[in-house]
Amino acid sequence: MKHRFHFNFFWLAALALLLVVSLPVFAQSSNAASVGSALRRIFSAHDYNTRVVMSGTGLLGIACGVVGAFMVLRKKALFGDAVSHATLPGIALAFLLAVAMGGTGKNMPILLLGAGLAGLLGMTVILVIRNSTRLPEDAILGIVLSVFFGAGIALLGVAQRVNTASAAGLETFIYGKTASMLGEDGRRIAWCATALLGICALLFKEFRALCFDAEFARTQGWPVRSLDALMMGMVVVTTVIGLQAVGLILVIALLIIPPSAARFWTEDLRALVLLAAAIGALSGVLGSGVSATFPDLPAGGVIVLVAAAIFLLSFIFGRSRGLMVRAAARVRLERRVNRQNALRAMYEVSEQQPEHQPIPESALRAVRYWPGVQLRRALRRLAREDLAREVLDGWVLTADGREEARKMVRNHRLWELYLIHHADVAPSHVDRDADVIEHVLGQKMVADLEALLAESSPKPPVPVSPHPIAAATRGGAS
Amino acid sequence: MQCCRALPPLFLITGSRDSGPMLLGAVIAGVLTAGLTQGLSHAGKIEESTSMGVVFTTLFAIGLLLIVRAADRVDLDPSCVLYGALELTPLDTMAVSGLHLPRAFVVNAAVLGVNGLIVWLLFKELTIGAFDPMLATTQGFRPRLLHQLLMALVALTAVACFETVGSILVVAMLIVPAATARLMTNRLPTMIWLSLGVAVIGTFLGHIGALTIPPLFGFADTTTSGMMAVAGGFLFFIALLFSPQQGLLIRAYRQNALRLRIRTEDALATLYRREEEDYPALELPPTRQLRHLRRRGLAVEERGRWQLSERGKAEAEAVVRSHRLWESYLVDHANMPLDHAHQSSERLEHVTTPSLREGLDEVLAKPERDPHGHSIPRGEG
Repeated sequence: MKHRFHFNFFWLAALALLLVVSLPVFAQSSNAASVGSALRRIFSAHDYNTRVVMSGTGLLGIACGVVGAFMVLRKKALFGDAVSHATLPGIALAFLLAVAMGGTGKNMPILLLGAGLAGLLGMTVILVIRNSTRLPEDAILGIVLSVFFGAGIALLGVAQRVNTASAAGLETFIYGKTASMLGEDGRRIAWCATALLGICALLFKEFRALCFDAEFARTQGWPVRSLDALMMGMVVVTTVIGLQAVGLILVIALLIIPPSAARFWTEDLRALVLLAAAIGALSGVLGSGVSATFPDLPAGGVIVLVAAAIFLLSFIFGRSRGLMVRAAARVRLERRVNRQNALRAMYEVSEQQPEHQPIPESALRAVRYWPGVQLRRALRRLAREDLAREVLDGWVLTADGREEARKMVRNHRLWELYLIHHADVAPSHVDRDADVIEHVLGQKMVADLEALLAESSPKPPVPVSPHPIAAATRGGAS
Repeated sequence: MQCCRALPPLFLITGSRDSGPMLLGAVIAGVLTAGLTQGLSHAGKIEESTSMGVVFTTLFAIGLLLIVRAADRVDLDPSCVLYGALELTPLDTMAVSGLHLPRAFVVNAAVLGVNGLIVWLLFKELTIGAFDPMLATTQGFRPRLLHQLLMALVALTAVACFETVGSILVVAMLIVPAATARLMTNRLPTMIWLSLGVAVIGTFLGHIGALTIPPLFGFADTTTSGMMAVAGGFLFFIALLFSPQQGLLIRAYRQNALRLRIRTEDALATLYRREEEDYPALELPPTRQLRHLRRRGLAVEERGRWQLSERGKAEAEAVVRSHRLWESYLVDHANMPLDHAHQSSERLEHVTTPSLREGLDEVLAKPERDPHGHSIPRGEG
C-alpha cells in the first residue's frame, strides 16, 4: 500500500490565517486595536456579545461549509440530519448525570460531550443496520433520527420534572440560541473549526478521491472505510458545535445549503470548498447580525434563511450551473441549430431549381417543420450575417452563405453516407439520424469521415444526397 | 419521509389550530415541499436528497420564524411542534352521536378509516407500483399518480398525528413499525399486518414505559410520545436481532451451526482416512472437535487413542463417499486436473445430500475407486 498523506501548503496558509484572525475576537478586552476593529465596528455595533455571536456563527458557517461540501459530494447529505437529531438524548443524559453528581447541569462541555457521544452512537447504529439488513438507506436514517430524538424527548421530559429551572435551557439546543453564546463557546467553535479544516486540508486528496470515485480510492489501497468513518465523525463534531448556535434541527441546513449553493458557481473542488466556507460564514454573520438587530427573531432560523437566499441567488445566477447560464446555453444551441437548418434547407431547395432563383418561404417549410416563427428568425439572422438576402418573392443565398451552406450540407450527407455504408442504416432512415448529429460534427470528425469514405480533394464537392429530398418528392411545393 | 417534517410549521401560515384550515395548510405545505424538492433537483440538476435537505430546512426555518412571531396569537409553542401534546388530548373532546370522545381519537380514527379503505381498494395497484413501476406503467396503472396519492395519504396521516405526537415522532410512527415488519417477513400482506401490530404494541409499551421506567431510576414520569418512539425502536432492535431471515443473532447462530457441522464432518473424515490406512489407533491430543465427536457418540477414546464408533463410521463413510464421488466426477466429467479436484470436493462434500450422492454414483456408473486410487466406500445405500 503506497499511500502518503500530503499536506497542501495552500491549505496550511488558509488555516493559519483563520486561526490568527479568529482567536483574538474572543478575547475579553473589547478595545483590542487590531486592523479588523474598524470593520468590526461597522458590522457589530461594537458590543462584545454581538461580536462573539457573529464571529462564532461565522466560524461555524466556515466549518459547516467545508465539511458539508465533502458530505454533499459524497451523497450523504441527509446523514448529518439523522446524526444531529441523535445528539439530543446525549445532551439530556449528560444533564441528568451532571445533576446526579451534584452540579447544576449547565456545564456546556459536559453537555456537548454527551451530544458528541450520542451522535457517534447514532452514526454507528446507522452503519450497523446498513451493513446487516436490506432496508433502504432513507428508512435507516429515518429510524435512527426519530427513535433517538424520541429518546431525547423522553429524557428531556424526565429532566424537566427534576429541575425545571435549569432544564429549561436544554430546549435551546433544539432550536438554538445564539444569544447565550459566550467567549468560551466562541473559542471552542474556533478550535473545532480549525481542527476540522486541518483534517480537510491534510486529507484533501483522499476526500476528493472518496467523493468522486470511491472505487478508485479502494483500488489505490486507501483506507476507504476509515476515511468514510472519519468524514462522518467530522459531521458529528460539526453538528455538535453547531447545536448551540442554530439548534439540532437546522444545523443540517448549514451543512447542506452552502455547498449546494457553491455547486452552482464552480466545477473545481477546491474552489467549491472555499466558496462553501465563504457562503457559510456570510450566512452565519449576516444571520446572527440580523437576528441581533431585530428582537425575537431566532438566530437559527434567520441564518438558514440567509443561506437559503444565497442558495436561491446561486441557483438562478450561478456561473457554472445556474438556471440563467443553462438557459442561455440552450438558447445559443437552439439558435445555432436553427441557423444551420435554415442554411441547409435553402441549399437543398436551391439544388432543385435554377441557380439564383429566389427561394420562397413555403418551399423551405416544405423541406422541414419549423415551429412558430423559428424560420423567419433564422432567416433574418442569416440576413444580418450577410449570408442570405430577402428579395421580392423569397430569399437568396449570398456567396458567403452558399459556402457556409455547402459545409452544412456536406456534413449532413457525409454522415448519411457513413450511416448507410458503415452502420447499415437504410437510406430512408438516415436523414433523421444525420439531422441530429450534423450540428455537433467537429472539423476533426468531418476529416475522419472523409478519410473513411475515401474522398478527399482540396475543395471537396458536396456529395449527392443519398435519398430523395422532401421538397422534390412532394413535387417542388412552390 | 422528510417531507412531512417540513409540514407542521407551515400550518402556522393559516394561523389557526382548527382542523379545517390546518388541513388546508398541510395540503399546501405537502404539495409545496414535494413540488419544490422535485423541481429543485430537476431544474438545478442536484441530487434528490440534497434538494430535500435544502427545501425542508428552509421551510422549517420560515415556519419557525412564523411561530415565534405569532407566538402571542397562536397557542402552539415550538417544542409542541416537535413532540406534540399527547397528554392534553383527553381535555379536548368532541361529541360524536352523544359520546364525548377526544378530538384526536376521532380525527385519527377517521384517517385510519380512509387509509385502510384506500389500501384495501388499491392494494394490487399500490403493490405493483411499489415493486415494479415499469410493469405498472405498461399495465396502465400510472405509478406517478399512485405515488402522489400515497404521498397525499402520508401528508394526511402526518397532519392527523402531528397534533398528538409532533412532527418528528410522526416519522417514527410512519417508518419504524414498517421497517420492523420488513425485517420479519418478505410478504407484503403479512408485512402490513405485522406493521400494524408493532405500531399498536409500540404505542402501548411507550405509554406504559413513560409511566413506569423513569420511577425505576427515581424520577417522575415522562412524555409518552418520546417513549413511543423509543418503544418502537426497541421493537425494531428485537427484530434486528431475532428476525427469522435477517436477524443478527439468528444469522450468527446459523453460521455457527454450519461451522460446527463442517468441522465435525472434517474430523470424522480425518479419523476415517486414518483407520482406512490401517494405522493403529493413534494417540491424538483431545482437540475440541474430537471431544465434540465423543460427546455425540461418534468417536470413542481409549487411553488417548481415538477411534470411530459404529455410528461415527457410518457418517464418516457418507462424507468420504461424497468426497471421492465428487473427485471422480470433477476429473472425469468436468475436466478438472487431478490436483485441483481435492479442494473443490472438500467444499462440495459438506453440501451433498444423499440423493445427490446416489445421483453422482449413477452418472459415474458406480465406480469402485476414485481418481487417486482410493476405494469409494459403498455406504448403506
